[in-house]
Amino acid sequence: MDTMNDINSDIQKAVMADYKYGFVTDIEADAAPKGLNEEIIRFISVKKNEPEWMLEWRLKAYRHWLNMEEPSWANLKHPPIDYQDIIYYSAPKQKVKPGSLDEIDPELRRTFEKLGISLEEQKRLSGVAVDAVVDSVSIGTTFKAQLAELGIIFCSMSEAIQEHPELVRKYLGSVVPATDNYFAALNSAVFTDGSFCYIPEGVRCPMELSTYFRINAENTGQFERTLIVAEPGSYVSYLEGCTAPMRDENQLHAAVVELVAQERGEIKYSTVQNWYPGDKQGNGGIYNFVTKRGICKGDHAKISWTQVETGSAITWKYPSVILKGDHSVGEFYSVALTNHYQQADTGTKMMHIGKNTRSRIVSKGISAGFSNNSYRGLVQVGKNAANARNFSQCDSLLLGDKCGAHTFPYIEVKNNTGVVEHEATTSKIGEDQLFYCNQRGIDTETAVALIINGFAREVMNQLPMEFAVEAQKLLAISLEGSVG
Amino acid sequence: MLTIKNLHAGIEGKKILKGINLEIKPGEVHAIMGPNGSGKSTLASVLAGRKEYEVSTGSVQFLGKDLLDLSPEERAGEGLFLGFQYPVEIPGLSTTNFIKTALNEVRKYRGQEPLDAVAFLKLMKEKMALMNVDQSLLSRSLNEGFSGGEKKRNEIFQMAMLQPKLAILDETDSGLDIDAIRIVANGVNQLRNKDNAVLAITHYQRLLDYIIPDVIHVLYNGRIVKSGPKELALELEERGYDFIKSEVSVED
Repeated sequence: MDTMNDINSDIQKAVMADYKYGFVTDIEADAAPKGLNEEIIRFISVKKNEPEWMLEWRLKAYRHWLNMEEPSWANLKHPPIDYQDIIYYSAPKQKVKPGSLDEIDPELRRTFEKLGISLEEQKRLSGVAVDAVVDSVSIGTTFKAQLAELGIIFCSMSEAIQEHPELVRKYLGSVVPATDNYFAALNSAVFTDGSFCYIPEGVRCPMELSTYFRINAENTGQFERTLIVAEPGSYVSYLEGCTAPMRDENQLHAAVVELVAQERGEIKYSTVQNWYPGDKQGNGGIYNFVTKRGICKGDHAKISWTQVETGSAITWKYPSVILKGDHSVGEFYSVALTNHYQQADTGTKMMHIGKNTRSRIVSKGISAGFSNNSYRGLVQVGKNAANARNFSQCDSLLLGDKCGAHTFPYIEVKNNTGVVEHEATTSKIGEDQLFYCNQRGIDTETAVALIINGFAREVMNQLPMEFAVEAQKLLAISLEGSVG
Repeated sequence: MLTIKNLHAGIEGKKILKGINLEIKPGEVHAIMGPNGSGKSTLASVLAGRKEYEVSTGSVQFLGKDLLDLSPEERAGEGLFLGFQYPVEIPGLSTTNFIKTALNEVRKYRGQEPLDAVAFLKLMKEKMALMNVDQSLLSRSLNEGFSGGEKKRNEIFQMAMLQPKLAILDETDSGLDIDAIRIVANGVNQLRNKDNAVLAITHYQRLLDYIIPDVIHVLYNGRIVKSGPKELALELEERGYDFIKSEVSVED
């Protein structure tokens, strides 16, 4: 039917967007040669001036990794990755380590301004503490002094290894062991930086903590490692954002994030992921293979993941919560948008171990172009997890008729007092909806953005205010095009 | 304001409108009546620019412009409003946000600055009072879970907010009980003035007890076969559409 084709082509046009963060910053980099072996790992460890135990930890992970196989169960297709063709360490060259933000390379500063995150602006206006990681190295952490007064530690992982080795040793790998899975093992061997965040007992972190990750150098993998610990009765809200330049070849990003919430501790972790998704033909883009997991260690602890995923050629990511403490709560709110030839296989795992534990999953998948978007989730209720409750809602929205949406829910219940609910819907943007908007004076491109944002609203509402606005714009940009 | 000349249109190769001629002047209310399948809703859709409908011949002038040359959103910008027979639902999009976007898009088309939050709220409060619309309705997702009456009231509320030059109401009375019809008609009457015009499409005469038209047209088999003053509606009510059909076949 012609009409249907017209509408599809309208949507198609509306979703043909250009990536706006694809610039490359011209900064000299201090890099390791390509390839991966024990020498490279020693090189990284030396560069970072690490203690012996850290090197040993890395080497152990590497040796384990050598015997592992890349997972193939996800609903994803990509050519084999040559792990010897990747640079595992690249740092923007700075004459001296910056002591303050004013000493940071002006080129690099401009990069962040282009990204809309001028460190100074952020510092002054929004009261958000920012840690910025380019390629492999953390560039500057704002607001550190103010946080220190409360006993909050917010610094790069490299710094944490130097300054707070006892905390790092205690918690690193305690939620995601170095041998957990193929990409986590790789990360454990070669991770170069990331953020470390520690909230002492009873402290409510007074500002959003935020990290911006950026891959700048060519042929570079980014392997960051983030660790957040919330001691009893403490609270922190943390946000990460990511971008990368446009390059024809694929770049690997294999991060690990670990969260530990003690009794009545609460961690809210939000991600706005906009890595370069590749071009309209599916060339280039980031492979985003990430392991994120949190543990509610004590009673009444709470961990909440919120993610808005619009970038990356491939996303493989399942932010999970281990509900160990009684009455602990896990949440997962996700919007994953795929366009052109992007692929996403994302979801969560909620592992109920303690009694009276609750979890909530809200997943919104938006597929456009020729993309494929899968939700994969596991809800597990252990045999001692009396009165566990889970509610899952998985909705898919299709734009056009060449994309795919898939849902793979897994449920394992070993305690008969558990209640697990799953709801799923799939819908399309209808010609009636578009015409209704058009008739009110709203063009098709704006109408698509309105409909998408309406669809994703429940998740967007979970984001901190200032980032919700950004994320809404990002959804619109990711689908914007030449309709007019 | 609106001049339709010899308009022929159809969908998927099927001819539905077979030579419509109609002239509407500012300040007038016209009603179009006719049996099912006579082309009433097609006329509304063609005027609003639904692209499934193809216009084969004829012209439509609206405020000096060739209406058929404009996209649906440009037509809205020029001041044409369609009250839908079946308003669509958009989950998660608040009615307020939708109306604000629409209003500011229309303003942009006209080269006006967007209304800021304060001015928008003031306008909305004013129209809510006029239309007797409750805040809770506007906070809900657009038309989602609305009753038939709520949907139609929302249409008329949007019309009040957008202040169109020409409002086409496509069977706004269908599916409503008499109280709901009275509320909707009241809203329309509040908005009537010497500069704007209304084209009310309806199957039944009862809406016209409340919205008194200047002219009634009877649409049958894709043509306007009879036009007359408001009393024509009563005649139709009394004698049914059959007498039109017999008259037309005699004339043919």
